[in-house]
Amino acid sequence: MSRTMTGAEMVLEALLDQGVEHIFGYPGGAVLPIYDTIFENNSIEHILVRHEQGAAHAAEGYARSTGKVGVLLVTSGPGATNAVTGLTDALLDSIPLVCITGQVPSHLIGTDAFQECDTVGITRPCTKHNYLVKDVNDLARVMHEAFYVASNGRPGPVVVDIPKDVQFAMGDYIGPKKITHRTYRPVVKGEQAAIREAVKLLAGAKKPLFYTGGGVINSGPQACDILREFVKKTGAPITSTLMGLGAFPASHKQWIGMLGMHGTYEANWAMHDCDVMVCVGARFDDRITGRLDAFAPNSKKIHIDIDPSSINKTVPVDVPIIGDVGHVLEDMYRIWKNKAEQIDKKALSSWWKEIDGWRAKKSLGYKPSKKTIMPQYAIERLYELTKDRKTFITKEVGQHQMWAAQYYGFEEPNRWMTSGGLGTMGYGLPAAVGVQVAHPDALVIDIAGEASVQMTMQEMSTALQYELPIKIFILNNEYMGMVRQWQELLHGGRYSHSYSEALPDFVKLAEAYGGVGIRVDKPDELDDAIMEMINSDKPVLFDCRIEKLANCFPMIPSGEAHNNMLLASDVEAEDLQSAIKEEGKVLV
Amino acid sequence: MSTSIQTLKPVVEEQTEKHTLSALVDNEPGVLARVIGLFSGRGYNIDSLTVTETSHERHVSRITVVTEGTPMVIEQIKAQFMRLIPVHHVTDLTVMGKALERELAMVKVVGKGENRVEALRLGEAFRAQVVDASTDHFVFEITGKSGKIEQFIQLMKPIGLVEVARTGVAAISRGPEKMDDHQK
Repeated sequence: MSRTMTGAEMVLEALLDQGVEHIFGYPGGAVLPIYDTIFENNSIEHILVRHEQGAAHAAEGYARSTGKVGVLLVTSGPGATNAVTGLTDALLDSIPLVCITGQVPSHLIGTDAFQECDTVGITRPCTKHNYLVKDVNDLARVMHEAFYVASNGRPGPVVVDIPKDVQFAMGDYIGPKKITHRTYRPVVKGEQAAIREAVKLLAGAKKPLFYTGGGVINSGPQACDILREFVKKTGAPITSTLMGLGAFPASHKQWIGMLGMHGTYEANWAMHDCDVMVCVGARFDDRITGRLDAFAPNSKKIHIDIDPSSINKTVPVDVPIIGDVGHVLEDMYRIWKNKAEQIDKKALSSWWKEIDGWRAKKSLGYKPSKKTIMPQYAIERLYELTKDRKTFITKEVGQHQMWAAQYYGFEEPNRWMTSGGLGTMGYGLPAAVGVQVAHPDALVIDIAGEASVQMTMQEMSTALQYELPIKIFILNNEYMGMVRQWQELLHGGRYSHSYSEALPDFVKLAEAYGGVGIRVDKPDELDDAIMEMINSDKPVLFDCRIEKLANCFPMIPSGEAHNNMLLASDVEAEDLQSAIKEEGKVLV
Repeated sequence: MSTSIQTLKPVVEEQTEKHTLSALVDNEPGVLARVIGLFSGRGYNIDSLTVTETSHERHVSRITVVTEGTPMVIEQIKAQFMRLIPVHHVTDLTVMGKALERELAMVKVVGKGENRVEALRLGEAFRAQVVDASTDHFVFEITGKSGKIEQFIQLMKPIGLVEVARTGVAAISRGPEKMDDHQK
C-alpha cells in the first residue's frame, strides 16, 4: 500500500522502516525540510555534531560497534565536502554508512548556485554507490536501496543526494519489502568444491597459519564464534590485521599478536615461514605484506572474501573462495568435523616450537622508566584497569594507534574502532561519540595523540551536549610521533614541522568545554589518574605526558620482508638511518 | 623512482595483453562517469571505449572497452568493473575466442588532381564509401577492424587527409550464445 507524503517525510519514514534509531548531522539551507520533519517526529534521535566530518566518523563508530548501518545527514556544498573524509574512511574500512545530503533545488543545479557542489561527482570515487534523486517518486526506493547496498556484500558508504524541491514535493511512499535490486546481488555462499579443497590443503599443512581481518568482524559475532571454534579445533596459530583485532581473543594461547609493519616478531615470522595460509576477510594490504616478492614465499594461500576484486589483487592465491566469511567458515568447519580432519600433530608441535622461539624474542619489550611515563606502559595500565568492564576503544592515527594495537588486549569483536585503511587523524574522538550514543552504559575510550585529537576536538562540545561521558586518553609527546619516527628513519633526524611548539592546556580546554581535565606525568601517579578518569561521569580529556622520543617497535622497515624486522633491542646498536633502503624510501 | 617501485612489485614478470571487455549496465545518469572514473582512478588504460543504449525497454546500455594490462591486472579490471553497482555483466570477449570487432571511421581528404584520383582509388580498394564530396574534397566512410582503418588513414595522410572521426570498437562474440549466457 502506497501512501502520499512529502519527500522530506519519506526520508524519515524510510529511516524508521530501516530500523534507524540515531542519526548524526548538521543542518543547512538545503536540508531544512528534512530537519523540519525531524522537529515534528521524535522517534529518531538526532545528534548535532560540530563539523560534518565528525558526523561521518561518529556514524562509523556507531556502525562498527553495533553492526548496524550508520546514518548521517548533512547539507549541500560544504556540508557534503566536509563529509568526504569520513566517507572515504568508511569505504577503505568497509563500514556501512548512509549519508543523506541536501542539494540545491533541481532548477538551480549546474548554475554554481549558493552552496552548490557536484556531490555525486565528488563522492563517486569515495562511496560504494551514490544517487542523485531527481523525482520524488524514486526517493523511497532509493532510500531502501541505499541501505541494502551499504550493508550487503562488502559493506561501504552510500550517498543519497536530494535537491530541496524534491524534499518539498509530494509523492508515493513504498516500504522496504517491495524493493529488489536490479543488479546487485552479492554471493554469500562459497563454492563447495573450493571449500573442500581448502579443508584438504589445511589438513595437510605442516606450518598452518590463520590470518584474519576486518571482514570477520563485518560478517558478525556468529562468524567470530565459528572462527574461534574452528581455529581452536585445528590447533593452528592465528594472527590478525589491525581491523580484525578482537575476532579472536588476545588472551588465548593460539593468538600470536597482530601482524604487519608494527606487528609482533612471531606473527611476521610465522607469516613468512608458513606453508598454508588461511586468509579470512583480509585483503593483503601493503601494511601487512611488506615486500611483495618476499611475502610468505613458501606458502599455499587460501583466501576467503566477499569481494571478488580482493582476490589476486596484489598477491596471487591458490584457493580463492568468494563468499561471506561466516557462511564459508561454517561450511569449512562442518566439513572439517565430518571428515574428522586433523593437522599432523608432530608437525604442528614443531611449528609451535619455532613460534615459541620467535616469541622468546619478546618483541614488545621496552625499557621501563621510573621517571617518565613510557607510552607502552600507559596502554598496559589502561588495559589492566579497564579490561573487566564493558570497554570500547577508538583511536586516532599514529604511534599511539600502534601502541594501542600492541598493548591493549582485545577479547571481543566490535570493541575496537580504528581508521585502518585511510589512516584518518581525527577519527577517534567523533567515533567515540558515535560508540557512546550506541552504548550509553559502556566505557568508551579514545586512545589519542595530542596532534590527531586536535583535528576534531570540537566534538567535545557534542559529547557535552548529549551527556556522552567519553574518555579521551591523550598520549602527549608534543610530536606528530609517527612522522617524527619516519623522519628519524628516513631523513637524518631532520624533524621538519613535526613538533608542535604551541599546544593547548588540555586540562583548561576540557574545562572550557564543560568536561573534566586530568594531567599526569609521573608513572606512579598514572593508576590513580586513570581511575579518576574512569569514575568520572563526564567527558574527560586525559593529558598523559609521555616520553617524548619513544619510537614504535617492532617495525618492518618499508620495502622489507617479514623476516627483516627492526626490534627495539636492536635499534641502539644499529644505525637507524640505514634501516630503510633507497627503494623503500619512496613507499609510505 | 618508478624503477625502484618496480623492484617491489610482484613476483613474475608478465607481458601485457590487449583485451576487449563488454559490459551491460543500467543506462542511468553517471554510469559512464563511474566506469571512466574506475579506469582513471586505478590507473588502467582505455585504448577505446564505446557506449550506447542497446535495450530501450530495459534501459540497458552496452559498453565496450579495449584495455591493456598483465593477466593479473586484466582480472582485477574485470572484478572492479563488476563491483560497480549498476553493472549487470562483464564479459571478456578476448578470452572467449576470436570476437568480432569493428570500428567505423569518417575520413576527410582535401585535394585536387592526381591526389584526388589516388584517394578515390584507395577508397575503392578499402571498400570505403564516399558519403560527401565537392570538387575539392571527399568524406569517406569506412568500417572494419581497427588495423584496417589505421592503415587507410596512414595511406591518406600524404594525399590530403585533414580530419578523422572514429567510433571506437564495437565487439560481439561469435557463435549462437548471447552475452547474458556468459555471466561471471
